[in-house]
Amino acid sequence: MVEADPGYAGVLIAVLGGAIRVGTPFLFVSLGECLTEKSGRINLGLEANLIMGAMSGYGVAYLSGSAWLGVLVAGLTGVVLGLIHALLCQQDKVNDIAVGIAMMLFGTGLAFYLGKPFIQPVAPRLPSIELGAWSDSPVLRAALEINALFVVGVILAPLMAWFFRYARWGLLVRTVGESRDAALAMGINVNRVRLYATMGGGFLAGVGGSFLSLYYPGSWNEGLSSGQGLMAVALVIFARWNPVYCLYASLLFGGAAALGPALQSVGITWGYYLFNAAPYVLTLGIMIATSSRKQRFAGMPGEMSNI
Amino acid sequence: MYRLIESILIPVMALLLSLLVFSVFIMLSGSNALEVLATIYRGAFGSWFSWQNTLVRAAPLMLTALCTALPARIGLINIGGEGAMVVGGLCAAVVGISMNGMSPMVVMSAMVITGMLTAGCWVAMIGALKHYRNVNETISSLLLNYIAIAIMSFLILGPMRDPATLNNPSSFPIGEANMIGNIGESSIHWGLVFGLVVCIALWFLMRRTSFGFAVDMTGGNIRAAQISGLGVGKLIIITCFLAGAATGIAGVIEVAAVHGRANLSLNSGYGYAGILVAFLARHNPLAIIPVAILMGGIRASSGLLQRGFDLPDATTLVLQGIIFIVILASESLYGRIKWLRPMAVRHG
Amino acid sequence: MSEQKLNAGRRKALKTLSALSATGLLGSFVPGAWASAKKVKMGFIYVGPRDDYGYNQAHFEGKSSLSNLDWVKTFDEENVPETIEVVKSMESMINLDDAQVLFPTSFGYFDPHILKVAKKYPDVMFLHCGGLWDEKKHPKNVGSYFGYIDEPVYLAGVVAGHMSKSGKLGYIAAIPIPQVLRNINSFTLGARSVNPDITTNVVFTGGWANPVKEAEAANSMADQGIDVLTCHVDSPKVVVQTAEKRGIYSCGYHTDQSVLAPKGFLTGAEWNWSKVYADYAEMIKSGKKIPNLIRGGLKEGVVKPSPYGKAVTAKAKSDADAVLKKFMNGSMVVYKGPIKDNTGKTVIPEGKAYTQTDIWLESMDWLVEGVIGTTKG
Repeated sequence: MVEADPGYAGVLIAVLGGAIRVGTPFLFVSLGECLTEKSGRINLGLEANLIMGAMSGYGVAYLSGSAWLGVLVAGLTGVVLGLIHALLCQQDKVNDIAVGIAMMLFGTGLAFYLGKPFIQPVAPRLPSIELGAWSDSPVLRAALEINALFVVGVILAPLMAWFFRYARWGLLVRTVGESRDAALAMGINVNRVRLYATMGGGFLAGVGGSFLSLYYPGSWNEGLSSGQGLMAVALVIFARWNPVYCLYASLLFGGAAALGPALQSVGITWGYYLFNAAPYVLTLGIMIATSSRKQRFAGMPGEMSNI
Repeated sequence: MYRLIESILIPVMALLLSLLVFSVFIMLSGSNALEVLATIYRGAFGSWFSWQNTLVRAAPLMLTALCTALPARIGLINIGGEGAMVVGGLCAAVVGISMNGMSPMVVMSAMVITGMLTAGCWVAMIGALKHYRNVNETISSLLLNYIAIAIMSFLILGPMRDPATLNNPSSFPIGEANMIGNIGESSIHWGLVFGLVVCIALWFLMRRTSFGFAVDMTGGNIRAAQISGLGVGKLIIITCFLAGAATGIAGVIEVAAVHGRANLSLNSGYGYAGILVAFLARHNPLAIIPVAILMGGIRASSGLLQRGFDLPDATTLVLQGIIFIVILASESLYGRIKWLRPMAVRHG
Repeated sequence: MSEQKLNAGRRKALKTLSALSATGLLGSFVPGAWASAKKVKMGFIYVGPRDDYGYNQAHFEGKSSLSNLDWVKTFDEENVPETIEVVKSMESMINLDDAQVLFPTSFGYFDPHILKVAKKYPDVMFLHCGGLWDEKKHPKNVGSYFGYIDEPVYLAGVVAGHMSKSGKLGYIAAIPIPQVLRNINSFTLGARSVNPDITTNVVFTGGWANPVKEAEAANSMADQGIDVLTCHVDSPKVVVQTAEKRGIYSCGYHTDQSVLAPKGFLTGAEWNWSKVYADYAEMIKSGKKIPNLIRGGLKEGVVKPSPYGKAVTAKAKSDADAVLKKFMNGSMVVYKGPIKDNTGKTVIPEGKAYTQTDIWLESMDWLVEGVIGTTKG
């Protein structure tokens, strides 16, 4: 009886809508991280790509009047950050996780520094697609009002899975990620493959950032990211390095983040701190439950097993 | 000798290079780089006042840096300093509040011990998860930070809240008598001494004892360590425990020397800043001391930069980021500076 | 950057340097620096970024408005946490910039940080935004100033009560502290003065700046049929924009957000720190004794309502204006019994009234009848 009790149906719809809205940046960053990690390198600095992407995308959209140009610039900013990360990591004895943390600090600082003039102005937003136009319910229509970037992400995920499985370039990335030595023996330029994979991953994370500032929540400020870029790295492990699972995991995370506010808005007000911590507890729990001392994950790149 | 020269020369050169990069950045954004650098120096080390400002900020960094540095020696990248500090401070506050009225010396000791034990166990958990379940320690430590902060928010806004703190929700006070004061006439609290002593003690443990040798050996090659019969699991857990215990003290200091209660400011970023310090010090507990002072100095000068040049607060973040990146890049130079080699031979 | 500004920056820097150097060697290069000694020097400290479209920006705008007084010199620091760092920032402003008055604007700066530094520097005045100063407990060189912002929030509630069709309002708040609860209650009382059946849903996001959660809360509230949203977080931008996007009404907070929602913006509650800070500067210049406690509401001009948005009906306007008039002549009392809390308990009995200055209101830990939410974590 939806009529009698609109509240709980509302929660379900809010969680569904939230999964899409909150999950999209997670999706892009985790796909980017997945690409990078498949090549055997971890990039914790995608948090910086996300924030720099959000800032540069918003700034360019505001200055040029075109939100899509903003998305492109956000992606390119991510490419540059990925390039720096990759070039640093291919030096001897340089630890990729440490570089990621350094990039995070640098990128965040830079975004805050350069982003000051863009906090006040209102930039054009990305348009949305009304998937719920068939429905009479305004609530459902709002939940299904989705952004084109989400659609891109949804298509990208299986495409990327196909890419890893069948495309020549995908195989190259996987070979490099599986074993550096084997790839070298096959005459593959390992550093170059990783360079491209990190830059590509950086692009996706940058685009994810532009979603935050140009669509949802849809403005630039210094508190915009609350660690989504870092969490996406955890998501990839959660998703077993499978792009399609990254999609599911991102939706799950988005939904989990939407659950707390949705429950409060129907009057279930206890324990919201616990709901806020739920995604983290959930991830940790699943990591503990599914990890094993003896064998590595299926799908885990061999070069990642020492991390 | 060669290695000593190298280990001083490379970081110094890297530091100079990062200052150069930073200067270019400052010039591009329209300020006078020399003046900015001079101001950073004055704000950090230019006078006794600035030194006190710097040292007070350096103290917690020394302790939180150990949270990353010690596990790194055994091959684990732990970024859980923020959570460990929160846990240590929170638990110490509980003890301090409930023991209020007893002899201050007893209360203080109990608080420090509680902070060390709880934060130590918190980080030991990360090590245990890694060793027994192969859970990636970087990710689990990150998740545990969020979880620690959520627990703290729940307790401080809920059961532990002193209603008299009104709009700055905090726990009940630990009592004026139980506060850790300042060193002599200075405005530096005793946290600095804790930081120095712990860094030196852990340096001794890591560099001068068989335990430290075993840790480094495990960090260098875990298989070899296992083959040579080292109890790797035990080593990992003890190392993580020590790392957490050191960080726990930083939490205790925040409660007992700064606020006098536990509040949401326990989560103010010292744990994350400590990661940077640890990497810059190349995970050497002794090197953490000067690096923490340097970083404390940069953070101390932020105010002067804002007031003198209208530069945003993020300026010092950018500087820290540049230093971090350049120092990391310089890692690859070790053992590769050719003109240093003949010198090494000459001097034996 | 213009040449002039660059020079000004350089002068400032040199002055800073000369103040810093014990020998004063650099001082001889800038004779102008000492001429400014007659100026009133005011330092401001914010807990967040200067331009957050909210709490900190309101203070920053207040500070900036002093720049047209050429006998005042101001300086500020942003993102200063409520730890020992604020102690050091205050000391640094005193020692290096000769600050005479400090305005640490975040609530959490007061105890123990301001109290500690104030004892050490008895010649400097510390004015804290928050209304905590107590003659019996606190040093004479400390003072408090605060505005009864729940008055314009009450007005916003009146307007919201008129405009809501569903009778359901939404309040997105950071954490349940007295200041926040008082705003929620005043908003609800205002709305229920129009229509006693109105309810206000509350979502606590758990932090002062969490845009994604704020947007999520705004969306799920819109899903629930709530048609007027307001908030108490550091930056209301996201809430106001999301409400606009969902086609529902919004009320602003801290600063004027009307441009963010040209269709649905109703009104809002704003700080008017420019006036407060200018008054302080004037007092210092004329050598008057600064009162330790300055508090005021709409009447005193410390807070003000945002201009009405386009959507507001004439009836709502005239009603709200009538209440505003009562605030301005001092006859309006928001907390007048009988008032029940949302668990059914009578908190203010019939015949009892708490005027704004009543300290009892500052420790509010209940939500008024009609609010859906709880103060417990």
